[in-house]
Amino acid sequence: MLIKIIPEIGHFALVIALLMAVVQAVMPLAGAATRRPLWMAYGRPMAIGQFLFVTIAYLCLTASYMLDDFSVANVANNSNSLLPWYYKFSAVWGNHEGSVLLWSLMLAGWGFAASVFSGDLPRDMVARVQGIMGMVCVGFLLFILMTSNPFERLLPNMPQDGADLNPLLQDFGLVVHPPMLYMGYVGFSVVFAFAIAALLGGRLDAAWTRWARPWTNVAWAFLTVGIALGSWWAYYELGWGGWWFWDPVENASLLPWLTGTALVHSLAVTEKRGSFKSWTVLLAISTFSLSLMGTFLVRSGVLTSVHAFANDPTRGFFILMLLAITVTLSLLVFALRAPRVSHKVGFNWLSRDSLLLINNIILVIMTVTVLLGTVYPLILDSLGLGKISVGPPYFNALFVPLTVVMCVFMGLGPVARWKSMSGRELWRKLGLAAAAAIVLGVAMPLVYGGEWNLWVSLGIVSALWIVLPMVRDLFDKTRHASSFVAGLRKLSLSYWGMVLGHVGIAVTIVGVAVVSNYNIERNVRMSPGTTVEVAGYQFTMTELTNRRGPNFLADTSIIQVQRGDEGRSFVMRPEKRLYLATGMPMTQVALRPGLFRDLYVAMGEDLGDGSYAMRVQYKPFVRWLWLGGLLMAFGGILAVADKRYRRAAARQPASSRIDQSPSQEATV
Amino acid sequence: MTRRLLLLLLPIGFVGIALFLYQGLGRDPSQRDSALMARDFPAFEASTLRDANRQVDQSLLTGEVTLVNVWGEWCPACKQEMPQLLELADNGIRMVGINYRDTREKGLEFLSEFGDPFEVNVFDPEGSLGFDLGVYGAPETFLVDADGVIRYHHKGYVSPEDVRERILPEVEKWR
Amino acid sequence: MALMRGIFAVMLLALAGSVVAAGIEVREFDDPVMEQRYRDLTASMRCPLCENQAIDDSDAPISGDMRERVYQLLQDGQSDIEIINHMVQRFGEYILYNPRLENRTYLLWGLPIGLVVLGMLVVVLMVRARRNASAKALSAEERARLDALINRERSS
Repeated sequence: MLIKIIPEIGHFALVIALLMAVVQAVMPLAGAATRRPLWMAYGRPMAIGQFLFVTIAYLCLTASYMLDDFSVANVANNSNSLLPWYYKFSAVWGNHEGSVLLWSLMLAGWGFAASVFSGDLPRDMVARVQGIMGMVCVGFLLFILMTSNPFERLLPNMPQDGADLNPLLQDFGLVVHPPMLYMGYVGFSVVFAFAIAALLGGRLDAAWTRWARPWTNVAWAFLTVGIALGSWWAYYELGWGGWWFWDPVENASLLPWLTGTALVHSLAVTEKRGSFKSWTVLLAISTFSLSLMGTFLVRSGVLTSVHAFANDPTRGFFILMLLAITVTLSLLVFALRAPRVSHKVGFNWLSRDSLLLINNIILVIMTVTVLLGTVYPLILDSLGLGKISVGPPYFNALFVPLTVVMCVFMGLGPVARWKSMSGRELWRKLGLAAAAAIVLGVAMPLVYGGEWNLWVSLGIVSALWIVLPMVRDLFDKTRHASSFVAGLRKLSLSYWGMVLGHVGIAVTIVGVAVVSNYNIERNVRMSPGTTVEVAGYQFTMTELTNRRGPNFLADTSIIQVQRGDEGRSFVMRPEKRLYLATGMPMTQVALRPGLFRDLYVAMGEDLGDGSYAMRVQYKPFVRWLWLGGLLMAFGGILAVADKRYRRAAARQPASSRIDQSPSQEATV
Repeated sequence: MTRRLLLLLLPIGFVGIALFLYQGLGRDPSQRDSALMARDFPAFEASTLRDANRQVDQSLLTGEVTLVNVWGEWCPACKQEMPQLLELADNGIRMVGINYRDTREKGLEFLSEFGDPFEVNVFDPEGSLGFDLGVYGAPETFLVDADGVIRYHHKGYVSPEDVRERILPEVEKWR
Repeated sequence: MALMRGIFAVMLLALAGSVVAAGIEVREFDDPVMEQRYRDLTASMRCPLCENQAIDDSDAPISGDMRERVYQLLQDGQSDIEIINHMVQRFGEYILYNPRLENRTYLLWGLPIGLVVLGMLVVVLMVRARRNASAKALSAEERARLDALINRERSS
């Protein structure tokens, strides 16, 4: 009996969560404006309660999936009784309604965390943050309840079985990728709330940046992992070995990442030097706005993206309204309340300040370029100027040179001093690194591949130019310690975070440069007994068989692979699957991963006479792409663990007193 | 003060972008005009579906306004739109079919089952005429005027509503 | 990201063929340069039927036809531009992933370049302004002291 009303419980929980969000949006802000502690105190219990009820709703939907309740439309459309349990679990977010619910759950979760871990912040600041978070939650919960209710029922004519989850989504990568990505998107809402709260309260000081930085880093790290996972999934699941397509959906995730990266750096300047304040706030607003914009682009069907998610104009309209209200209001607040005059913090041409300024400007240019390329076809179409496509050649042509320029400054940044340094000092620190980077970078492709390639060299020079100066800097920094290791131990975690983040970028750049240029691909006809050689590996098809999986039938080829004559041999099994419920054919590639190369075999068409078209690929350094992403994310998290932020909490009451004094520049 | 005004440009600029996005909402991104609009029907030479020995070419499409429908037995939407095409033929509109990526046998079977509004069917098993027409799926319908110039293009299923609101007015316009 | 890449949303344009699988064909090239041209051309043309895939990634029948045509035209000795024109004539500018520079795309190519110029200008102006600010505000001795303080903090 109880099972039958689970969806109603979930639906009801969502309504309660919405009501709590409304209270959370109104009371704390009103309290902060009128200085009423009682009203402000509504924020915390509401944030906690809202998280609780959205969690209940989410669990109810999950239960409906696990129990195969096909009277729930969402379950009937996206699950099947034959689906393994773990895919039933992940199918919850493999569709529009469920993924918005997951999004809301995370939003409520971040709101909960921001409320709970904010004990030492000034009360009105916390209240404003909670109010803003409440508003965002109201928007998303309304969106679910009005346009995308996951608990809709198919009664009384419920189907016998479900339509099954899209086979592309029946995969580990897709189990973990969306939650990571959403954690990133949604995480930026906290920074956004901090920024607006600071504008409203006129409290945009060093203490503010110390609160905002950890949240930014964590959200950024999640987004980084999310993007890396998505790329990895596309690589092995889509069947042709690509890892980035400049698809609108990918761009939608890259946009907030780019501004988020700029934000991470600009927050550093604001904290250390007290400058770039308005700019930092604007980046915080932009990053969250771009997250919303990405959601809009992905779910409204305005762009010919690959997404079959939701092509429902009413949903698109709702998100567009949400986006418009959020952006317009926050930019208005920004325009009216941004610090009028910040006292000019001086710095010189050669200084970390100026380098970070350049970094921010390049990242913004990248963001605008990607945004422009993504929406340009839409704009032309709206103006009646015809349909065009903007794809990889355009983005690569602009993004690659910008990245190279960025790398030049990235090499300088970590070793430069704040404010000012002499050219001679910079040369002393970097001359050797520059020479080594160029020599090694130019020579490496010769040693490695035999065939010299400009782009590979450029990539490796850039990567070394990022890494070597930091290595040199490590030696400089530990010179006075008793031993090198002891010196390393003394360095702060946030310093290590920075190092890892930059090393991550370098690793990714090496991966991109090498795999894009040294990738070997051969399309061959194979039947049992055929051997082909690719990059020194012999691929021999020994057998063609078929098998039955839990919810699919598969043709499998058994491929024996051996390197050279004496190397260890192993077996790869690419498949062509037919999913029974949907009737969808799918290519399941066989992968042999390695740190320095992947082997990739995909099975193509049956050519008749017992042979198949096969695509055999050798992909050197492809793992470095995602390894770099993980390093970056790890760096972001490491920086959060820095003692400084824990100490900051303890110091808090003092600093909040200080900034009430008129001498503080941030007061509006 | 000027700085405040400059900052106000940001929300205003965003509203501009949002308007474009809003306009995009009502559109179907998959609907595109044919690249052959206002150009001559491509030259071709092929046999007809019913008679392997009868050769036809682009002169087939001159002299009278003609609706050219690209179809195949394997295409479900082609079956669904047949009643509308029969109705168009009944209205005295000259119809020519292109049997696209199909076999003779299956094509003829299709016509005997769902009706044949076409004066003649061009047999295009390799899809080479379809390729020159920029066809990438079926059904597609082209309106060719008396001079053999393509004047209108409809992609996908032709609904009764499409017949009334788009195709018939276009035919009238070019007659 | 790319959640359901390759699923044809154009429901009424039914086409035979499987949905998600790379278009894998066995083609012979005598000349590695020509093979590379073939790869570049097929990678930069968009499948007109699919949602957002290059024809070399797509398994749609039309993509197969287009690859075949590109291959034939290459064998006939046509130049890249001729081949691109051949395709655009039939399928429209839409299939070009690399939009041509023309009136309607000036902004697309020009804005990023304009931004780079503007960005350099901003950097120059800002640093000059800040440099003066610091020069006015501090004496040489003060600056040295401050530098020392900052550097000490930096290494913490």
